Amino acid sequence: MGRVRQLLPALAMAALLVAVWWAAVVETKSVIFPTPLQVVTATLDLVQQGTLWDHIGASLFRVGTGFLLAVLVGVPLGLWMGWVKGAFMTLNPLVQILRPISPIAWIPLAILWFGVGDLSPIFLIFLSSVFPTIVQTADGVHTIDRKYIWAAENFGVSRAKLFLQVVIPAVLPQIIVGMRVSLGVAWLVVVAAEMIALRSGLGYLIIDSRNAGNRYDLVVAGMVIIGITGLLLDGMMRRLQLLKVVGWRYAR
Amino acid sequence: MPAKIVVKDIAKSYSTAKGPLNVVGDINFTVDDGEFVAIVGPSGCGKTTLLNIIAGFVHPDQGQVAVDGEPRDGPSPKGIVISQQGSVFPWLTVRQNLMFGLNGYHPDKKELADRYASMVGLKGFEKGYPHQLSGGMLKRVELARALVVKPEILYMDEPLSALDALTSIQMRIELLRILAEERHTCVLITHDVEEAIHLADRILVLSARPATIQAEFEVPFAHPRNLLSPAAIALKAAILREFGL
Repeated sequence: MGRVRQLLPALAMAALLVAVWWAAVVETKSVIFPTPLQVVTATLDLVQQGTLWDHIGASLFRVGTGFLLAVLVGVPLGLWMGWVKGAFMTLNPLVQILRPISPIAWIPLAILWFGVGDLSPIFLIFLSSVFPTIVQTADGVHTIDRKYIWAAENFGVSRAKLFLQVVIPAVLPQIIVGMRVSLGVAWLVVVAAEMIALRSGLGYLIIDSRNAGNRYDLVVAGMVIIGITGLLLDGMMRRLQLLKVVGWRYAR
Repeated sequence: MPAKIVVKDIAKSYSTAKGPLNVVGDINFTVDDGEFVAIVGPSGCGKTTLLNIIAGFVHPDQGQVAVDGEPRDGPSPKGIVISQQGSVFPWLTVRQNLMFGLNGYHPDKKELADRYASMVGLKGFEKGYPHQLSGGMLKRVELARALVVKPEILYMDEPLSALDALTSIQMRIELLRILAEERHTCVLITHDVEEAIHLADRILVLSARPATIQAEFEVPFAHPRNLLSPAAIALKAAILREFGL
C-alpha cells in the first residue's frame, strides 16, 4: 500500500501527460501524429508479430556487449590511471579530448572499420560508455582517504592485498556510480548506433518506421519502449548499490 | 639498556604561500622499552606531524628517529598508529578488519582475531560492519586490530578525543587493563592533560609552533590511579602552568 502511494504522483503525472497529448492530437486534427491509443495498438501489433522482442533483444545485446567491454577496459584503466601518477599524466589528456566527441561523429569511421553488422553499434556504445567509467574510477582512486592507505602501509601488507582489500573496495561505490552513468549513456546512444544497424534494434525500428511510410505510431512506440527499458536497466544497476561490500558508503 | 625509541634533532617545516612554516623544531627525547610516554601540547602545535615522523609516515627535514637502534625508514608493523579519526576499513567486517594485518602464514587467523575482539569487548560483533557500531566500539576495533599483530610499539594520536567524556574515560581504563596484560611501548599524543596523567609514565610538554620540548614530568603514581588525589591535581596544575594557565 505504501509503495502504491509513493508511485501515485508519478502515475498522476503520466496520466495527465497522456491526456494532454491525446487532446492535442484530436484538437489539431493531425493526421500524421499518433494518439496514445494508436501507439498502444502499434505496440501490440509488434508483440503479435513477434518482432518487438527481437528489436529489444538486439538492442540489449549490443548495449550489453558494448557496456561490458567498456567496464572490462575502463575499470582497470581507471584504477591504473588513479594509482600511477605517470599513467594519469600520460592518458588523462587523451581521455579528456576523446570524451566530448559524440559517438555520432564516429559513425563514418565505425562503418569504415567494422562495416554495418553488429560490430559498429557495439563499438559506438563502447566508446560512449568507456570514458565515464574511466573518469569515475580514476577519480575514485584519487579521493581514497589517505588514512586507509597509511593504515595498510602500517601493517606492511603486500601490494596485492593493498589493492584487493583497500583500493578496490574503497573505489567500488564510485565504480558502481560510473557504471550507472555509462550504462545510461550507452542506452542513450542506442538509437544513433543502430541507425547503421542492418535489420534489428529499437533504433532501427524508429528510423525504419519513419523511412518506410511515416509510421509515427511506431516511432513513438519505439521511443516509449526505449524509455521504459532504460528505467528498468537503471533500476538493475541501482540494486548493485545494495551489495554488502558497498553498504558502508550509503548507510546513513 | 638501550632506549626503544631515540628521537634525535628532528625538525620539519612545510612550505606555504606565506613562506616556510616551521612545524617541528629540534626535538630530542628517548622512550624506554615498555615505557608509556605522553606528549601534550596546545592544538595546532605540530603534535600530529611529530607522531607521523616518529611512526615513519613523514620524513623529517633534519635529524633521525631510531627504533631498537635501527634508523627508521618508513612505517612498519613493529609500531602501529591509532589515530583520532580512526582508520578501521568500513568495507570489511570487524573480524576481517582484525585479520587484515595478519600477514603471512597463521594457522588460526580467525581464532586469533576473535580472541582479540572479545578482549576489547566486541564479542558477538565479529560479523558486523563498522557503520553499525558506535564511536566507542569503532575505537575498540581499531585498538584490537593494532594489538592482534602484536606490535612492540603503539603510537596513539589523540585516540580518544573524538569520544564523549564518559566513553573516553572508560576506554582509558580498558587500555590500561590491556596494557597490563600485554606489554607495549606507548607514545601518546594528546591535548588532554588528565588523560596523560591517567595513562603515562612520563609526560613531555610541547611548546607552541614550532614544537619543541618545553618541560618534562614523571608520573610517579601506581595503577590504578586516583586522578582526584592531591598529588595528581598538583601535577595537573604544574603541567597546565606550562601552558600559561
